[in-house]
Amino acid sequence: MSLLKLKGLSVTYRTEEGPLPAVRDVDLTLERGEVVGVAGESGCGKSTLASTVLRLQPSSATVSGQVLVDGEDVLTMRWGDLRALRWAGASIVFQGALHSLNAVRRVGQQIAEPIQLHEPSVGAAEVARRVGDLLEQVGLPASRAASYPHQLSGGQRQRVMIAMALACRPSLVIADEPTTALDVMVQAQVLDVLSGLVKELGVGMMLISHDLSVLADMSDRIAVMYGGRVVEQGPADQLFTDPLHPYTSALSASFPRIGDPAARYAPAGLAGDPPDPRELPPGCSFAPRCSLAIPDCTTAEPPLELKRPGRGVACIRVGESV
Amino acid sequence: MSTTSGTVTLTSRQLARRRRRAARARAWRRFRQNRAGMAGLVVLTVVVLVALLAPVLAPADGLEVTHATGGVLDAPSGEYWLGTDANGRSVLTLLIWGARISLFVGLMATVISMLIGTLVGLTSGYFGGWPGAVLFRLTEWFLVIPFLPLAIVLASVLGRSLVNIVIVIGVTSWPGTALLIRSQVLSIKERPYIERSRALGAGHRHLIGRHLLPNVVPIVFANTTLTVAVAILSETTLSFLGLGDPTRVSWGSMLDDAYGVGAITTGSWWYFVPPGVCVVVVVLSFTLVGQALEEVLNPKLRQR
Amino acid sequence: MSDIRLEARDLAVEFTSRGGDVAVALDGADLTVKTGEIVALVGESGSGKTTLARALTGLQRPARGQVLLDGEPLGYTGKALKAFRRRVQMVLQDPAGALNPRHTVYDSVAEGLRLHGLSRHDPDGRSEEQQVADALSSAGLRPPERLFLRYPHELSGGQRQRVLIAGALALRPDLLIADEPVSSLDASIRGEILALLLRLRSELGLGVLVVTHDLGLAWNIADRTAVMYLGRIVEAGPTEEVLAAPQHPYTQALLSVVPEIERLEPVVLEGEVPDPTHIPSGCRFHPRCPALASGLAAAAGVEDDCHRVPLPVLPASEGHRSACHLVAAQKGTTRV
Repeated sequence: MSLLKLKGLSVTYRTEEGPLPAVRDVDLTLERGEVVGVAGESGCGKSTLASTVLRLQPSSATVSGQVLVDGEDVLTMRWGDLRALRWAGASIVFQGALHSLNAVRRVGQQIAEPIQLHEPSVGAAEVARRVGDLLEQVGLPASRAASYPHQLSGGQRQRVMIAMALACRPSLVIADEPTTALDVMVQAQVLDVLSGLVKELGVGMMLISHDLSVLADMSDRIAVMYGGRVVEQGPADQLFTDPLHPYTSALSASFPRIGDPAARYAPAGLAGDPPDPRELPPGCSFAPRCSLAIPDCTTAEPPLELKRPGRGVACIRVGESV
Repeated sequence: MSTTSGTVTLTSRQLARRRRRAARARAWRRFRQNRAGMAGLVVLTVVVLVALLAPVLAPADGLEVTHATGGVLDAPSGEYWLGTDANGRSVLTLLIWGARISLFVGLMATVISMLIGTLVGLTSGYFGGWPGAVLFRLTEWFLVIPFLPLAIVLASVLGRSLVNIVIVIGVTSWPGTALLIRSQVLSIKERPYIERSRALGAGHRHLIGRHLLPNVVPIVFANTTLTVAVAILSETTLSFLGLGDPTRVSWGSMLDDAYGVGAITTGSWWYFVPPGVCVVVVVLSFTLVGQALEEVLNPKLRQR
Repeated sequence: MSDIRLEARDLAVEFTSRGGDVAVALDGADLTVKTGEIVALVGESGSGKTTLARALTGLQRPARGQVLLDGEPLGYTGKALKAFRRRVQMVLQDPAGALNPRHTVYDSVAEGLRLHGLSRHDPDGRSEEQQVADALSSAGLRPPERLFLRYPHELSGGQRQRVLIAGALALRPDLLIADEPVSSLDASIRGEILALLLRLRSELGLGVLVVTHDLGLAWNIADRTAVMYLGRIVEAGPTEEVLAAPQHPYTQALLSVVPEIERLEPVVLEGEVPDPTHIPSGCRFHPRCPALASGLAAAAGVEDDCHRVPLPVLPASEGHRSACHLVAAQKGTTRV
């Protein structure tokens, strides 16, 4: 049984200006010890996807489809089971560590909180030992437990967030832009910590980022989202080096390979802006920005089809060669 | 090319005007949704109209003690709807004329207070350094001095006249405004668009005139209505304490007179209740309008 | 047209914190940008790259050193600064915050023109509307008239950045300093803005200094690249050489952790950039230097120098050079 399975997941927000379909018919699976990357730009629905997995979506959202964690549907789960899942089964690392930590409590207390709540029988000394272990696991000295968030740097705070997410030994970790706003070197440190966790603890991780190059480095498989849908899915290295969907190609090209003479004085990008989910263009939502678009592209939304072994692509211009 | 740009200018000016009009209409619509604010606005409109039309509604003659026609502290009757005072004047006439003085003092004192407050707040927030620190200390100093003793001392030093009472209230009620504006200026000063403007070559005058003032003016505007309420209340207090202009009738001086002739002990309620109610109603209306304006003009409050 | 040069000469900027500690955000920097060239200034946060950019636009007064435009030192009187800013313009990061939310696109772009009295006295006799329209078109916003009356919140991130660039271009400057011009934009839009900078260089002969943490960006558009660490430029030279054959151990480490580069074994440095109130002695990078830790420096006999001997400020010459005892020693030995 898969650790996480999304089946036909759609999320629509009610807004003053009308319904906003943030996520549309997404299928995704994640196994233990695997990293699945979700790539996309602002407004593509990737963060909504992350919060819906733990049923943390705002109350203005209507959800359809299924989110199965260990075969159980999170969306229809009883409140008690959901709580147990949020504490012990799965946890989420949000972007913006500065605002997600309580400024007036020591980080050790904040890491200890879920342990104390979830396992009240554990003694104080044992909790302190586990907090120390967790901090060391994310590459911080155990003595850092006595610090307040403002005494830590951005990278250290992000590590504390990861330690908190691991406090109750979850089997599923969702990391939403865990390295955005961090410097390259600190990003490398945090990514090292994350990939260590997957290898050592065998957790399954859904890694969400706008940075396709980070995902290519970290993930086993990648799903690329555009306009609320998955437009391409496949093994990470293939997807980054040999993208099939024109959007994936453009995204991949916008992260130049340093040293590649072809990228000198030739920044690659796409004209236009990502679509407003309220006013999605007819047919393929990428068609207005696509250099390969033909009139047929605007008639119907292309389904996500297997075009190569293990590679789903939602584009009628990509030929099949299975 | 030049012709096309010419037509564009014309239409773009018109469009700009239309957009500004639309923005104002939107603000007005939002204000109208605030029932308390609308109630306050209706009351204030009525009071202002009454004050402006005072000579028509109640001839100034009625204020002259020598021309008084009624008896001493007559109860309300068909002729004198709100009875008469100790000198036989109609309380209604006094009330109508009192509105003029109360509103005048309230508005003028607010103008002074706003000018000082905006100037001090803007300067201390914008320039910082030691001049800013000195101004900030001064503001705090004024803020902690109890209002009434200071106002009493000032009023007795300056003498009892209408202008002096305006000045007294004006120079004692600005610190709140100054602090509000200072905090706003401090926050706006750090916005990137201020830095961009500096990088474009802007000097202090441009930054203050084009970026800071337009951003604090709505707050000043909302704050003004609240300050008017305080100023009217202060005028009433000072007049009641006998520090007002002795030659003019205001709601405060009416209360003072009523107290002086023992209207409270004799049960002549028509002499002190109407001015008291008027003060409360007008102050409340200004406060309601002020709060409604704040909600409309301050986007942060609107989201709540 | 001869080149116009903007130079930083031994520029230093200090900040005094409340506790009285002096943070040396910029500790002596020599840098030159000419018209018609694109220079990238790369580094992590805390490296002093933004401070150097701000000092170069006159927004930050240096504690030491000079800013020179065409050989003329910049004076810090209001008049001198204003004249300077007409020729050297800055594009700030965070396009969402750098536009006054109460001003329309037209007003934002015209702001500089009005400040410099160009609205009525354009050298080419254009009207203010025409100048604004031209600036918006140069920044790739066409047709410009359609955007005149929009407010910043009605624009996309890429459009806002273009409006900011248009606002700077309206003054027809010689040099443009762009601080993280694409860091807050979506990846697919990034390329378009970078292409715009390249086009401005080729069409208008603009010189551009791009401040960035993104080495890929430098590879994409910069002729020359300077790498900063803790208030100093530690390596500089033609982009091909600095990024394809880095000399300084810090540049090597930075490059190795860029996710796209698979050929390099990642060297993840421990810790973070130190506090600029306590700059390490000797080479400022030595506490984190992988070459020192691995014994490479000891083998070359410079270990002591790394700990004790401070390095001089790198001169602003055109060639590839780096501030490192080990590199100096290796060069010395190859020459022998």
